Amino acid sequence: MMEALSTFWVIHSNLILSLGTNALLALSIWLTLSCGMLAMANAAFMGIGAYTSAILTMQFGWPFPAVILAGMLAPMLAALIIGLPTLRLSGVYLAMATLAFGEVVRIVIINTELLTGGIGGIAGIPTSTEWWHMLLAVVCALFVLWRMRRSKVGRAFEAIREDETAAGLMGINVGANKMLAFILGAALAGLAGTLNAHLTFMIDPKEFGFDRGVEILTMAIFGGIGSLVGPVLGSAIFTLLPTVLSPLADFRLMVNGVVLVLIVLFLPNGIWDPARFKQWFGRKQGART
Amino acid sequence: MSHAALLKVEGLKVSYGHIDAVKGINFELHEGEITTLVGANGAGKSTTLLALSGLLKKNAGRVQFDGQDISAQPPHKIVAAGLVQVAEGRATLTTLTVHENLELGAYTRRDGKAERARDLERIYALFPRLKERQNGLAGNLSGGEQQMLAIGRALMAKPRVLLLDEPSMGLAPIIVQDIFRTLRAINREGLTIFLVEQNVRQALKVADRAYVIETGRIVLSGPGAELLGNPKVQDAYLGG
Repeated sequence: MMEALSTFWVIHSNLILSLGTNALLALSIWLTLSCGMLAMANAAFMGIGAYTSAILTMQFGWPFPAVILAGMLAPMLAALIIGLPTLRLSGVYLAMATLAFGEVVRIVIINTELLTGGIGGIAGIPTSTEWWHMLLAVVCALFVLWRMRRSKVGRAFEAIREDETAAGLMGINVGANKMLAFILGAALAGLAGTLNAHLTFMIDPKEFGFDRGVEILTMAIFGGIGSLVGPVLGSAIFTLLPTVLSPLADFRLMVNGVVLVLIVLFLPNGIWDPARFKQWFGRKQGART
Repeated sequence: MSHAALLKVEGLKVSYGHIDAVKGINFELHEGEITTLVGANGAGKSTTLLALSGLLKKNAGRVQFDGQDISAQPPHKIVAAGLVQVAEGRATLTTLTVHENLELGAYTRRDGKAERARDLERIYALFPRLKERQNGLAGNLSGGEQQMLAIGRALMAKPRVLLLDEPSMGLAPIIVQDIFRTLRAINREGLTIFLVEQNVRQALKVADRAYVIETGRIVLSGPGAELLGNPKVQDAYLGG
């Protein structure tokens, strides 16, 4: 029995741990979405975290905890710098600006070969990430975000998402709160990148491009951004889907696309939508009272 | 009735790109009074209010509030100073409950919970409909109720001056009367009110001090009752 379990772990541990990576990524974009911003820089922030941490580990021999911290701080700093000019943009313009930033990051990584290994990436990163690191990271992220939702900051995010003008008239500092959401999102993406880099042995710039950005957004929207459960559930399903549907491997992106279209059409609030559950199951309870 | 000006606006200019919406206007609000700025659609009324609240950039002009220059303050500081605007089109947060909306109104306050709870009760007393629906989503309220909620939410910020942008817009006459009656009641308790309106008759009726704005310039001013009897105003706004 034990042997079967350990064999299972050996085969599937990477998949199980990437559940954690993807959950962190989905939560990172949930942060900006919950503040009404469609920012698409999360893949780039993940990349900045991954490269910063990998370089610090391999070339400077930093201890793992310090590396994790740096892997979060570097994307936070990047977020601060690109957030200042771009966060005043709204809707699709913000998405475009942040996507462009992502491309810039990717091209910089490719062209600083000495440091980043260029197109080939970095291989031989020590696999320091243990399963409990990942679990702890996800649990901590969920706890912090859960507390934040109920705090004044969470309320401010909600007000900004609903109506920016009204939020401003209530005395909410719209710019500062948006910046906070953006920076915290970058930190989570950086954490995901750091843990993932020290799990998969190697990283390369392709992982942090446009496709990844869309995938992160898809996971969050698929799960539903009305609560914290949504992004976690969405990311879990999107992580496991390719394995479950491995016969359809060649059509993976197509399947993802179809799933997303169906969700947007029929479950616009994502699959985790408590209001809809109430609608489905609530009538019976109403009749009883 | 007349005290020193609580809010004084001098030479206010606001433009959208190359279009000058407000072309250098002066007006004053006095403590405890209702002041109104009336005019047709597009005259620059809402622009003036948004500039006062700091949500629109002022091209020129000075805003003095209680002796302090607040012209360059960001919106959240202006709210904290006590100048609180009820947004046009009501702008309630539709996915939050009535109660949550009201609580968000107190966002900038730093006083205790007990104080806020007392103000909340006061607002529920002012608008009993809101109390009945306090746990319902704001999005499910009627237009009139949403306007009440918007006013209640602004009151939760403990304003020294309440700025209102067309509270009568899109509401049935009987509800408009109700809202104006409430505004008068709040004013009698001592709150200074600045009311921007297209409903000229109603606004002039309640106003102590009134200004008429036309294409970005103030063309008439005086006590509300006086302007109500002014032939020019009657011709242009009250249908003869």
